[in-house]
Amino acid sequence: MIRFIPRERTPVWLTVAVPVGAGLVALLLTSIPLMLAGAPVLEALVLMAKGAAGNGFALAETLTRATPLIFTGLAAAVAFRAKLWNIGAEGQLYAGALATVAVGAGLIEAPAYVLVPLVLIAAALAGAALLLVPVLFKTRFGADEVVVTLLMNFIVLLFVQMMLEGPMKDEMGMGWPQSAPVLDEATLPKLVMGLRLHWGLVLAVLAASGLHVFINRTVWGFRIRAVGENARAARYAGLPVGKAMALVGLISGGLAGLAGASEVAGLKGYLTSDLSPGFGYAGIVVATLANLSPLGVIPSAIFIAGVFVGADSMSRAIGVSNYLADLVVAFSLLSVLVGGLLTRFRIRFVRRETA
Amino acid sequence: MWDAFDILLQANFWAATIRIATPLIFGVLGALLCERAGVLNLGIEGIFVAGAMSGWLAVYLGLPLWGGVLMAALVGALFGLIHGVLTVPLGLSQHVTGIGVTLLATSVAYFGYRVAFPNVGTPPRIEPFPPLDVPVLGDLPFIGTILSQQSAFTVLAFICVGLVAFVLARTPLGLAIRAVGDNPEAVEAQGLSVVGLRIGAVMAGSALMALGGAFLTLSAFNAFYFGMINGRGWVCIALTVFASWRPGKALIGALLFGALDAYQLRLQTITGGAVPSQIFLMLPYIFSIAALVLVARRADYPRALMKPYFKGQR
Repeated sequence: MIRFIPRERTPVWLTVAVPVGAGLVALLLTSIPLMLAGAPVLEALVLMAKGAAGNGFALAETLTRATPLIFTGLAAAVAFRAKLWNIGAEGQLYAGALATVAVGAGLIEAPAYVLVPLVLIAAALAGAALLLVPVLFKTRFGADEVVVTLLMNFIVLLFVQMMLEGPMKDEMGMGWPQSAPVLDEATLPKLVMGLRLHWGLVLAVLAASGLHVFINRTVWGFRIRAVGENARAARYAGLPVGKAMALVGLISGGLAGLAGASEVAGLKGYLTSDLSPGFGYAGIVVATLANLSPLGVIPSAIFIAGVFVGADSMSRAIGVSNYLADLVVAFSLLSVLVGGLLTRFRIRFVRRETA
Repeated sequence: MWDAFDILLQANFWAATIRIATPLIFGVLGALLCERAGVLNLGIEGIFVAGAMSGWLAVYLGLPLWGGVLMAALVGALFGLIHGVLTVPLGLSQHVTGIGVTLLATSVAYFGYRVAFPNVGTPPRIEPFPPLDVPVLGDLPFIGTILSQQSAFTVLAFICVGLVAFVLARTPLGLAIRAVGDNPEAVEAQGLSVVGLRIGAVMAGSALMALGGAFLTLSAFNAFYFGMINGRGWVCIALTVFASWRPGKALIGALLFGALDAYQLRLQTITGGAVPSQIFLMLPYIFSIAALVLVARRADYPRALMKPYFKGQR
């Protein structure tokens, strides 16, 4: 039988090898449904890789797609570190996007160096405030945050649709349910002329570095990790568990809100109710692939973004449905979970013991 | 104003209540079976999608309606097996694994549908379950109207409530399932397999969840649509806490939710656009959260819920 022996410490090479291996296993597993669909497996996978990183344009597109995923990945990573199961990044993203157009689409007129920070702060606050509700429900009433955050995603999306059909509808929008465009002064500039890549990516990388320092090098970061390791022990040790949870909620919701700001102010320019194709949920996969490390979130978000961009391009070329990307993402999550056992345990095959 | 009360007197309202509640009855029964054995199954949302798609596809490809029901249950059990193996013997996080199973089951269903129907404008249809034809009762004025809008699939849901309640409360198997969710050490001491019981319960529960999805494509509608589940699975997880893990209360919770949903749909037409429709559409989700928050303090969670069990380890 198989025995799991807990590791004292994890070798560094394993922490890199496991997510990379999980990605490869996911691609392998995905070839099964591809084969069943009667598609040319190798060609599809090669086309996906080319579509994701085959040339400068493809790579820029992948990085553009990775930008919101870094934010939502960080949101999940910091929350899961404290065992706060925030599955509501999708809703918090929309809250941030809504705040972005509320502030940035004409309410305030100011130069860019005032308006851009203002928009970002508003978006982060909106996302944070939204997550504070389930956190309070959890700490005050003991209500499971998973279900509450999940259900709130649907409520927020309906609220966004209501605003876009009502008070925030663009009168110049030809009747489409979309918001007025954000002002030029509220727009995140493009990084390279002619590409869609924008300053949101820089902000995302800065956020990842900031979170890395915060979690690993500050007192509150230590408290958050302690609460995640063992909330009961943390409470006995006199740590402020409730405050730590609230802080995690603010950071996690704020980061998810920034994902919305970055998409609206950096890429789309206005808000529609199909802004996010599930960036919030994909953030959970990104964070898990990164083993909840803020810096690891960057490569892992680029990988997941590449899968989506590559699958779109492959689908256009040979007509295999781009839902293939969702399959790869789901397989990646499950494989890295299983692979994670290797980093936490040594696995020994022993002869069955007689009881 | 009277219109708002008048809704409650319409047979159509009560018929819709039962129709909306039916998939939730399956879902809550499935979720409570998993959780009674100590495993939270957040794969439910995806398993609903997979059940809806596979049951429908099986019938579309020529199986009889009940064959489609069976197919959905088998597909549900298969995803249950995945969730069970990953969370029980391997002890992985039930939260994240469940989300993973939801992502997997949803993408398998969507990808499979796109492969089977690459470019169709309108979704292909099947001949769904016919309305019930009950002798005597069906001829009664009010009750007859309600019954004539239900199908045999709904009857199956009510049978499942009784069945799950009986098995859990009155059989040695039910006792073992309840024990494995409360005190796995005691089960092990009895010489029973914790792993086997838990995986079995998760598979059975997942099969029930898939039936909830299949009801939508085989009885409530006659086609498969993307996004048709739309959070119904998550609602079931909330209702499970509300029902304190009891099949009888699960039925009441699902019916209450169905009544609220049916009521808001009718209220929308009465208010005639004075209130944005999205406000009404939010109500069921708000209701679910409120129900969860209200009962959370005194909720009697299965004691070993989300606690992986490893043999010979405390």
